[in-house]
Amino acid sequence: MLTSMLIFAAAALVFGALLGFAAIKFHVEGDPVVDKIDAILPQTQCGQCGYPGCKPYARAIASGEADINQCPPGGEQGVMALADLLGREPGPLIAEPSTGNSDEPMVALIDEETCIGCTKCIQVCPVDAIVGAARHKHTVIEAYCTGCKLCLPPVCPVENCIVMDMVRPTATLWKWPEPLQIPELMRGAGS
Amino acid sequence: MMRRLYNFAGGVRLKEHKRESTSSPVGRTQLPQKIILPLHQHIGVPAKPIVNAGERVLKGQVVAEAGNNISAPIHASTSGTVLAIEDHPIAHPSGLPARCIIIKTDGKDEAAGGYGAPCDTSALTQEQLNAAIKQAGIVGLGGAGFPTYLKLANEAKKITTLILNGVECEPYITCDQMLMRGHSADIVRGLVIMQRALGIKRAIIAIENNKPKELELMQEAIYEAGTPDMELVQVPTVYPAGGEKQLIQTLTGKEVPSQGLPMDIGIVCHNVGTTYAIYRAIAFNEPLISRYITIAGSVAKAQVLDVLIGTPVSHLIEQCGGNRKTLSRVIMGGPMMGFALHDDEAPVVKTTNCILVNSVISDVPLPSRSNFSLPCIRCGACADACPVGLLPQQLYWYARARDFDKVQDYNLFDCIECGCCDYVCPSQIPLVQYYRYAKTAIWQQENEKTLSDISRQRHEFHKFRQEREKQERELRHKQKRQAVDGASTQDNKKAAIQAAMERVRRKREHSDVTPKNIDNLTEQQQKLIEEADARRKKKLEELKPEKITINTSGRESE
Repeated sequence: MLTSMLIFAAAALVFGALLGFAAIKFHVEGDPVVDKIDAILPQTQCGQCGYPGCKPYARAIASGEADINQCPPGGEQGVMALADLLGREPGPLIAEPSTGNSDEPMVALIDEETCIGCTKCIQVCPVDAIVGAARHKHTVIEAYCTGCKLCLPPVCPVENCIVMDMVRPTATLWKWPEPLQIPELMRGAGS
Repeated sequence: MMRRLYNFAGGVRLKEHKRESTSSPVGRTQLPQKIILPLHQHIGVPAKPIVNAGERVLKGQVVAEAGNNISAPIHASTSGTVLAIEDHPIAHPSGLPARCIIIKTDGKDEAAGGYGAPCDTSALTQEQLNAAIKQAGIVGLGGAGFPTYLKLANEAKKITTLILNGVECEPYITCDQMLMRGHSADIVRGLVIMQRALGIKRAIIAIENNKPKELELMQEAIYEAGTPDMELVQVPTVYPAGGEKQLIQTLTGKEVPSQGLPMDIGIVCHNVGTTYAIYRAIAFNEPLISRYITIAGSVAKAQVLDVLIGTPVSHLIEQCGGNRKTLSRVIMGGPMMGFALHDDEAPVVKTTNCILVNSVISDVPLPSRSNFSLPCIRCGACADACPVGLLPQQLYWYARARDFDKVQDYNLFDCIECGCCDYVCPSQIPLVQYYRYAKTAIWQQENEKTLSDISRQRHEFHKFRQEREKQERELRHKQKRQAVDGASTQDNKKAAIQAAMERVRRKREHSDVTPKNIDNLTEQQQKLIEEADARRKKKLEELKPEKITINTSGRESE
């Protein structure tokens, strides 16, 4: 009786120490799930999900506070990827309030003729993709612009100064069209 | 000497359609009005233009230099004036324009200094040969366009076998065949140069057994050159025997590893056209400005032409008697691997080997499919035909379902897009188009991933910067507040007042204004001035005693 108690007590101590050691040794800084969700999100930092940036939205998803279908730039594919990762049901994507069609990548374009140099767009740009100084004309570094539309009016006080422009496709980044699938073709052939 | 040949799995037997263009000798093209040189004609980064609009250029002059180590320079194909460096339609399946150097030809065909001057090749060292090949802008002329000098570098002595590819297995294409017919001796000389550049002896020349005449010519050329270490091998006619990996397998029985290069198994493979270009570049200092191209299909006279690089495709079609008004399709490349052009003003580039013209009156039966496909019946014919040993059906299902992870698990990127699966499919499913779609979609996704990583980094830095600025602002406010709070004691207050007075006084003392208009003054004016001076003096004296205290306390407060 006593021996068995002692054995179990000793075993409990050993395993307890082992677990305690492992908890310190293999401690993971931050939440790995949040990082995985953040890796799927498109990093436009546009705030259309209702959170100030992609990381806060990732945190909200991880904590169960937000649904996975609130990211319009991520598209259906993004919702599917999140559903796969988290094992949740993919719901229909919430509609984008500003424009209907956002499939094409866009970048902001500042009309340097009408820019008054107020720096307001520089302050809101989440990826520091606008250069300029007070009372000097601003311009967008297109390669870094995520197309988040945060700099559009009412942030920009001048009408039609900042507009969204389609990213011009290049031959190197062009995608072959997907072949038409049978049902569509049959309809097209009238049979 | 007979070599044991191996088989690769799959492949198809096709109707050759080669007699049309090989029955007449190689023609020369008339000089076109304009030469259009795309900056990106090879694998790697685009070349950088070094000429400006309006500049006169000579034949063989470098107009764009290599962009980095994986790139190739571009030379003017004839003399003329640079019209512009701008976007122009190019031969690309997307139909999107790209940056080109456009030269208006002047008809003089004036060559740059040193062009065409014979050179003693035997004196050149390995490094000199490689540098000369790089400078001549030579890329793989078989179709891929990989810069050749990279495939001739053998510092690590990894490469032991050089294979010369004269197989040319795709229907209609005959440019390599005609080159071997006309320049067999030059090809052998070029091969000797390549052997020296690589520092190896072993070379295998492979020719398909449907070209007995060329085989004989090459045999004679080797005999005359007296190079016994070159082995001439006849390979069976089966498409795609001329594919690099398939040819290596046929000749050596070795397979190039998945997603690897022939270099990984000590083999390097070059096209006969590339070899000829190397010979011209080394022996005659002629950079790559022209090549043989087959024009076939719905043209009055199908033939092989010696074409200046940059010649518009329309010019070639007209020269061969094609009617541009009745064209339905112009294909660059062969019927199996080529792609349709969107604009026949696009120029031929270094990698163009064939222009296939298809008219609305389908007089030449191209293996073109009907417009719609039927459902897959899972017959497995595609898997039997695949020369790489992939499972085309699985690839098709996953590409169609846009499951890009799964499609890569089935080794999509080992697909050489030869079109065999497509050709044998009884349901006429455009399989290769599915694979091309999947490949480009994956590349696009990867690019988007890189961009989003950059955005994440920049957003994190943005937040860090905002936080830092906030802290700095708070620190500044705190310091100011401290400065104000610290001055609450009587002494400090006094010192501050005195310091301010000192500043005023010093300013006044130092502002020694020289009075103007003091000549010819009336007595009354003189008197006023003196009175003012006296007032000022008195005021200064009143301030003076404080001066000492101010100075010391001023220092203390600092």
